[in-house]
Amino acid sequence: MKSENTTLGYNSKVEGEVVVTQADAVINWIRKHSVWPMPMGLACCAIELMAVGASRFDISRFGMEVMRFSPRQADCMIVSGTVTYKMAEVVRRIYEQMAEPKWVVAMGACASTGGMYRSYATLQGVDRIVPVDVYVSGCPPRPEALLDAMIKLQDKIGRERSVKNLTAPKAAAAAAALAEKEA
Amino acid sequence: MSDANFASLKERFAYLTERDSADHLAVNCPAEHLLECCTALRDDFGYDLLVDVTAIDWAAETSPRFTGIYHILSTTHHAYIRIASDCVDDAAPSLPSLAGIFPAANWHERETYDMMGIRYEGHPDLKRILMWEDYPYHPLRKEFPLAGIEVPFPAADVAETANAKVLPAPMMGGPFVSSADGTMREIEPQAKDESWTEKEENR
Ligand code: SF4
Repeated sequence: MKSENTTLGYNSKVEGEVVVTQADAVINWIRKHSVWPMPMGLACCAIELMAVGASRFDISRFGMEVMRFSPRQADCMIVSGTVTYKMAEVVRRIYEQMAEPKWVVAMGACASTGGMYRSYATLQGVDRIVPVDVYVSGCPPRPEALLDAMIKLQDKIGRERSVKNLTAPKAAAAAAALAEKEA
Repeated sequence: MSDANFASLKERFAYLTERDSADHLAVNCPAEHLLECCTALRDDFGYDLLVDVTAIDWAAETSPRFTGIYHILSTTHHAYIRIASDCVDDAAPSLPSLAGIFPAANWHERETYDMMGIRYEGHPDLKRILMWEDYPYHPLRKEFPLAGIEVPFPAADVAETANAKVLPAPMMGGPFVSSADGTMREIEPQAKDESWTEKEENR
C-alpha cells in the first residue's frame, strides 16, 4: 500500500504496521479534533451559537458537537453574549472549574470588548477576567464566522507545545523538591 | 365604572390632584395616601393590573427630588391610570410598598430601589435585583455617570485571581445619540465627539 499521507511518510512495506510521528503532533491531533465546547450563552449571540450547533451549520463536522453544560466535562468556553459585572464572577468561576488544557473563544462584540454596551453594568471585554484564545467580530457573528474561529482555534491547538506543557509542571515540581533537599 | 375620569375620582379621594398627561388619566397622590388610594382603585374602580412601577429623578437641586410612578390597568374597562407620588425626603427617599396589594409590585419595586434608591416601606424583601448586592450606587440617578464609577469587583476572591476591577467604560466620544430627523445616515446613532471615529468630512 502506498500512503496518501505524505507528512507521515508511511510505507507499510518498509515500516510494517508502524507510524512514526511526534508526540506533540499526536496529542494536538487528538485534542483539536475533539473539542468539547461549553456554551456560555449570555445574550443574543447564544442564538447564533445554537444555529452553529444545529444541522444547517453543523459544528459536528469539526468534531465539536458535544456541548457540555458542565464545565468539568468541557475544554473550550465559548463566551457568546454580553458579560455584565454581576455575571463576570460566575464566568470566571466556571472557567476555573474547567480541566486543563482549556481554551476560550470570545464570540461577538460584547464578549470581545463590551460591544455597544459602554455602560456601568457591562464588563468591557471578557479578556479582563479570562485569557481569550480567539475573538470573533460581529453583532452577532454569522455562524460561519464562529466556525471559522473554531477552525482557527484548532490551528492554534495544533501549534501548542503539548508535551512540554505536560511535563513542565512536573519538572518544576521536581526542581523545587531538589532545591528543598539541598537547602 | 368604565368612565372613571378625574372628577369621579376626586369625589372619592379629596387629596388627589390632576396631572398633565398626553395619554391616560393621570393623578398626583400624596405618599401617605398611596396605599389606601391604590387599594380602593383596585377594589372599587376595577384597576386590577399593576403594569409598571418606576420613578423620576428631577435632579439634585430640585425638591421634591424623586417621584414614584405607577401605571395600573383595568382589565375590565381597558383603561390605564398613572399615579405619581412625590417622595417627601430628598436625601433618603421612600414610598409605601404596594407589594401587599399587587404582588407584581415586588420585583418592580426592587428594580426601582436598585436603580433610583427609593426605599419601599413594607416591602417583603427589598434588595437589589439588577446590580450585585454590595454595589454602592444607584445608577439611574441623575448625578451617576453613564460610564460608571470605579468600585471593587463583586467577588473579592475572583477579583484577586483574575486581577479584575469594575472600571468606568470608555465612552469614546459617546454616548451615542440619534437626531430626530434627517437622512438615514444622519439619524443613525453616533457620538458627538467625532475625534474618536470618523470625521464628518471623511465620510
Ligand atoms: S455582540 Fe450583539 S448579538 Fe452578540 S450578545 Fe452583544 S449585542 Fe447581542
